[in-house]
Amino acid sequence: MSKHIKTIVGPYLTKAIKDRGCGECQTSCQSACKTSITVSNQICLKKKNE
Amino acid sequence: MIHKFIFDGTRLVLDVNSGALHSVDEVAWDVIGGYIPGKCEELVNKYSALHPRHEVEQAVGEIELLVEQGFLFTGDPFHGSWEQPDHRVVKALCLFLSDKCSLQCRYCFARPNVSSARSAGLMTEEVGAQAIDFLLRASGSRRRIEVDFFGGEPLLNFPVLERLVSYGRERSLALGKEINYTVTTNALGLTRKIGDYLCENQISIILSLDGRQEVHDRMRVFSNGKGSYQSVFKNILGFIQAHPRANYYLRGTYSAYNLDFSDDITHMLRQGFSRVSIEPVIALAQEDYALAEEDLPVIAKEYEKLTREIVSRLEEGQEVDFYHFNIDFDEGVCLPKRLGGCGAGVEYLSVTSGGDLYPCHQFAGREGFLMGNVNSGVVREDLRQLFRNAHVYKKEGCGSCWARNYCSGGCHANAHLFNGSIYKPDQLACRIIKKRLECALYLKAYQAMKENNGINCAEI
Repeated sequence: MSKHIKTIVGPYLTKAIKDRGCGECQTSCQSACKTSITVSNQICLKKKNE
Repeated sequence: MIHKFIFDGTRLVLDVNSGALHSVDEVAWDVIGGYIPGKCEELVNKYSALHPRHEVEQAVGEIELLVEQGFLFTGDPFHGSWEQPDHRVVKALCLFLSDKCSLQCRYCFARPNVSSARSAGLMTEEVGAQAIDFLLRASGSRRRIEVDFFGGEPLLNFPVLERLVSYGRERSLALGKEINYTVTTNALGLTRKIGDYLCENQISIILSLDGRQEVHDRMRVFSNGKGSYQSVFKNILGFIQAHPRANYYLRGTYSAYNLDFSDDITHMLRQGFSRVSIEPVIALAQEDYALAEEDLPVIAKEYEKLTREIVSRLEEGQEVDFYHFNIDFDEGVCLPKRLGGCGAGVEYLSVTSGGDLYPCHQFAGREGFLMGNVNSGVVREDLRQLFRNAHVYKKEGCGSCWARNYCSGGCHANAHLFNGSIYKPDQLACRIIKKRLECALYLKAYQAMKENNGINCAEI
């Protein structure tokens, strides 16, 4: 077990890049004027349905 | 690329390209900061001056293992160059259902347009139906599509909203699609009947409330200058009490007048609202309420204070959902989505009350950004391409920024407003987002460490 480094979250961004980018996810909005959604708290619908 | 930061003594290291997040001790913190692949011996010699040699050797060994496994110092899988796939679909529309508003909020970005170009007032059912037809056509093979009712104040045109929801449901069902609706409202027209309707129809609702009464009443005023807090609060409270499971968010704005905005979130939480959000005002420097660079240290402290407040409430078992600290690591969107940004001008468009298409709600009425209308569709292919190419590898400074996979290059409209180009992000917004992200990552680490009693939390 690691003594100096504790991994909180694994490398989720580099996983399965190939079959991603399908575009089925909700549209995001980075604007501060409208709490629509930002990419960091969106979910991948494809992954969710797998 | 990595990003290191400390929050209340917790040392965190984000591996930017993989998204892996690590909590490290002082030894690993120092060694990671000086890490050079293949130079282990030199690293050990260098940091043995600061820490016991065997500790440094251990830390180097752990780092090497994580690098090998793709958890640390991961390379950019796209090597800094990427082409946004051109699906040529539109999957979301923001409808300016009403240019009119029951309030005259001082910071409203839509206000100048209300009395000028889009003064026609209310979107007709005919224009709205044409917008939905356009979306159904332009969404191609996409099954899930979105419509946001916006304004002005969209509930001032509620009869048309009702008819458009029915029309959209009927047409989308026939085509095997599903429309998700959202309404963004100041809540003044949120009667019991309308609230019931929105919930029965699974319409997401964004309710504008700035927090404490004095803060809300300074900015969110009626035409006579009187504050709207009492009326708004009463309606929001009534709505949430009647529909505790409604898909809602309370959304506030902070400005130079409430840099102590964590107190506004606390105010909302104290009233029993658990799904809350607050965001920085968008304003040019000449406005008295605009945020400035010198406000950043105070803003950073406020996000930290808010983080501690949330931790404390979570400790007490309370339900708290602060929108911008809510990062989904398990089912989050893929890297291509993160690189591509918000999709404005490409897969997301706004529709004015008269049926004109603009890249997003903030661009509506902005000179040079008219893209077509609901009948013609998008006729400005040049604009579409301009927006399609505005991804993180093309935006100024984003390629080397640690936050790029979480903010996707920020808001195009802000970049254009402050720097005259959608390719030059607004630096003030960037710095706020980065601070907010650090707090969100800390919160994630705090929760994960607590759940796992401090042992490694991710599967290696």
